[in-house]
Amino acid sequence: MNDVWQSDWSMMAPEWIVLAAAIALLVIDLALPSDRSRRPLAWGAAAAAALAMIATAAMIPAGSASILHDTFRLDAFAKAFKFILLAGGALALLLVAEWAPKEGSPHRGEFVYMMLFALLGAMMMASSGDLLTLFVSLELLSVSSYILAGLRKTAPASNEAALKYVINGGIATAIMLFGMSYVFGLTGTTNLGGIARRLQETNEPYMLALAFLLLLIGVSFKLATVPFHMWAPDVYEGAPVPATAFFAVVSKTAGFALLLRLLVTIFAAASSEGRDPSSLLLSMQPIITVLAGLTMIIGSVVALRQRSLKRLLAYSGIAHAGYLLAGFAAMSWAMIDSLWMYLLVYTLMNIGAFAIIAHIVNETGSDDLDGLAGLYRHRPFLAAAFGLFLLSLAGIPGTAGFIAKLHIFIGLVVTEPGHYVLAAVMAITTVISYVYYFNLIVQLFFRPTFTAPLGRLPAGLSTAVVLCALGTLAIGWAPGLAYDMLAQFGHFGDFLP
Amino acid sequence: MMFLSLLVFSPLLGIVLLMFVRKTDERMIQWLGTATTVPPLILALFAFIQSGRGFRLERLDEARDWVRLTDLPFLTDAAYVIRYELGIDGLSLVFIVLTAVLATLAALASMLVKTEKKGYFLWLLALEIGMLGVFSAANFVWFFLFLEVTLVAMFLLVGKWGGFERERAAYSYLLYNGLGSALLLVVIAVLLARTGTANFALLHEMLHNPAAEGQLIAPLTEEGSRWLLGGLLLAFAVKLPAVPFHRWLIRVHVEAPPPVVMLHAGVLLKIAAYGMIRFGVGLFPDEFRSFAGVLALFGVINVLYGALLALRQRELKRVLAYSSVSHMGVVLIGLGALNEAGIQGAVFQSVAHGLISALSFLLVGVLAHRMGTTDINRLGGLTKAMPLFSGYLLTAALALLGLPGLAGFVGEFTSFLGLFQTKPALAAVGALGLIFAAVYSLKAVLDITFGRPRDRREAVMGWREPQASAASLGEPQGGVVDLQGKEAVPAFILVALIVAVGVYPQLLAAPLTAVVKTMMNGLGG
Repeated sequence: MNDVWQSDWSMMAPEWIVLAAAIALLVIDLALPSDRSRRPLAWGAAAAAALAMIATAAMIPAGSASILHDTFRLDAFAKAFKFILLAGGALALLLVAEWAPKEGSPHRGEFVYMMLFALLGAMMMASSGDLLTLFVSLELLSVSSYILAGLRKTAPASNEAALKYVINGGIATAIMLFGMSYVFGLTGTTNLGGIARRLQETNEPYMLALAFLLLLIGVSFKLATVPFHMWAPDVYEGAPVPATAFFAVVSKTAGFALLLRLLVTIFAAASSEGRDPSSLLLSMQPIITVLAGLTMIIGSVVALRQRSLKRLLAYSGIAHAGYLLAGFAAMSWAMIDSLWMYLLVYTLMNIGAFAIIAHIVNETGSDDLDGLAGLYRHRPFLAAAFGLFLLSLAGIPGTAGFIAKLHIFIGLVVTEPGHYVLAAVMAITTVISYVYYFNLIVQLFFRPTFTAPLGRLPAGLSTAVVLCALGTLAIGWAPGLAYDMLAQFGHFGDFLP
Repeated sequence: MMFLSLLVFSPLLGIVLLMFVRKTDERMIQWLGTATTVPPLILALFAFIQSGRGFRLERLDEARDWVRLTDLPFLTDAAYVIRYELGIDGLSLVFIVLTAVLATLAALASMLVKTEKKGYFLWLLALEIGMLGVFSAANFVWFFLFLEVTLVAMFLLVGKWGGFERERAAYSYLLYNGLGSALLLVVIAVLLARTGTANFALLHEMLHNPAAEGQLIAPLTEEGSRWLLGGLLLAFAVKLPAVPFHRWLIRVHVEAPPPVVMLHAGVLLKIAAYGMIRFGVGLFPDEFRSFAGVLALFGVINVLYGALLALRQRELKRVLAYSSVSHMGVVLIGLGALNEAGIQGAVFQSVAHGLISALSFLLVGVLAHRMGTTDINRLGGLTKAMPLFSGYLLTAALALLGLPGLAGFVGEFTSFLGLFQTKPALAAVGALGLIFAAVYSLKAVLDITFGRPRDRREAVMGWREPQASAASLGEPQGGVVDLQGKEAVPAFILVALIVAVGVYPQLLAAPLTAVVKTMMNGLGG
């Protein structure tokens, strides 16, 4: 017990910052008279997340270490993904500051600190070195997310979203826990490193394969990849826009961190057959490849038919999860690099798009894509920014989205033999995605307006839009900015325990 | 030296300046938009003249670090570094000059565009940056980057400023070309992943120098190379377009605003020819041999199919659209011949068709503006009211059918000459297309200039005030007036260039010779 107290707690500085801010804001929210605006709380929370991001960035040069009996690891992988999580969290909190649903926003206080708790769960997930901490932090993220989805208590859609999220998430959790129990049963330990070492000696390929599949199903729910993607469009549509942005970006990043931590750490070393030298992870590669292909196809094809902006982005998010899963399926040396890069870029362009959608929903009360019509005429810069995010989501060069997509492509074809089919599927679905992204561009720039002109963008949203647009452009034209940072992580050589 | 960056990005000046102009000040926008296409023109002509005097174009090369994708310990220092690299040779220079000339002329011809002129010029200048960049890039990633700039710019230009079915045309442009680009991106990614570089010269070195093969990051088998070349050729075949993929071209030619078609037919289609030459012949000469026959076959199909369909059209834009299909087939024929004459012919044909189609669409723009229609059935006898216009139109038709002494002849003659050397039977069949070309171009133009309209009820004739009719392209505007000074100048410049290239082909041949020689050496012939 003694060494627990002597641990180097400063390694958890970003987590402490977020936790302290959440508790402080919770207390302030309770103490503040009910008629006072809660908007400054959201700004404070965003500042706290930004501060935690700076703290994370400051820790990058330090080597990897672990505390608390190797349950909390601070390796390059943890730092890299925490950075994205915190960036996404801070930007999503800026959207919370300007959240203005029809019925008023009496629950903005809850919104703010629940989002911080969810963020904390996501951060802990990235750092977990043990099945238990992994599971507990996953639940912290999930439970907070269910609440976020239902925060418009009087809106039926929001209630429905929360309910769907809880039920689907609960099932996923149960399945994942079931898979974890197999892993624990086979190895007798919950420590990821310990599991990996034990599995090298164990020869239980079928049990392990079952455990792998159960865990994969559990993670697939979180990632919203086919065939466990059905909940995402409904939840995205019903939840308040800032919560949707949070799910789309932070939860997805956390899901991929979980995928890599859990599946790669445990199964990369485990042998699939007694005498077969290839690892269980590699023998599961065909399954992941098929899932990635299906996710890309279904996500982008179904997106073609959407009229609601939030549903559209939900399906586009499914397609993007497919691209990311393709990067995972490649299992090249560029795997973690390319996923990190893609998630960083995805965070910027997606939150930027959601910030503008939040404004449209606030002003018009609807998220039909007609609401974009003729935006160019009265808000040219806003339309230009939205156009930029859409081009980036479509992966057009000159934007960050292209660089990220190129990196995934390279990962797909650099292996021997290359994943050419998957690369082709990705190329074709990208072209399909042009249709719906450019459809929005057509709305923005070609169509006449039907609605009254939108008002000015409030401070929180405009900050988010400007930051995201600058990031998208900067990484598009000077990708070195992001790649230099990526280089600091040393290709996650310390990732495997 | 920043010469090439300056050349490529100088239209950016216009974009920045236009931001400060009020939307309603159309004269200022027109003036500024046209004026800012002049700097790249001056720079391009300067480079062209200098290289004619023996200046070595390699001295213009530029390279700056852009991004290092990864630095894994087992890779060499230069692997996966994508640099910002520009560099040109004679081949690129020819196309750069063509781009710069046509961009200025298209900007002049944009006088007839009236709606949202500011946005129009912003995207026209962006399109010019993309086109100049494509030909200046010395690196696959930057080539692709500039190519996609043209894709977005064209989508917006066609979709917003086009004709009645503009959005349909814009989407079909986007999808066909997007698929081509996606395929190209896969090829680029494979090359980049396997070699660790995207630079053309380095790629060439790695793929052909046995000593450098050890530096490959992953092996590239002969079969793999063939697949890569197949992908490349298919990607560019969509963009050229070769026949089964040509539908988008017809839509864009018909629906896009005429100045944009000048650039589209004049330059953008040529990117495909340029790509096939530079990457197909340049990077995979050995594998190219096995594709040459297919290319020539597709070329002949293109020539005949385009020409036959052009014969049946009664709408001038459609005639020209199918004639574009036909004439781009000649480029394929030249490439398929795979000898010096053939490749040179392909380039000649590209430039010639660029100039001729630009002239044709300049005139079509005037015609649509004056008459409110380009339907041949409803037009006739324009010579009386518009003698100057009719003269130019006839010149364009003569150039289109490949009259000796005009630019079109040189390209067609050399391309077919090349094919007659290697595949005489195929060439003989293809040459039939030239006869059809004479029929459709003369028929269409003579009907308009001398003939009488077939459709009497809605006739729009030169010698009579146009009637107010339910014309599909809107009411005639501005009455029947002959070419004005501002319109005649670009037409005159184009005719002068067409004649110059036709009479003195050495103008183009000089910068090309060295490049084609190098490529023939690569082909081992």
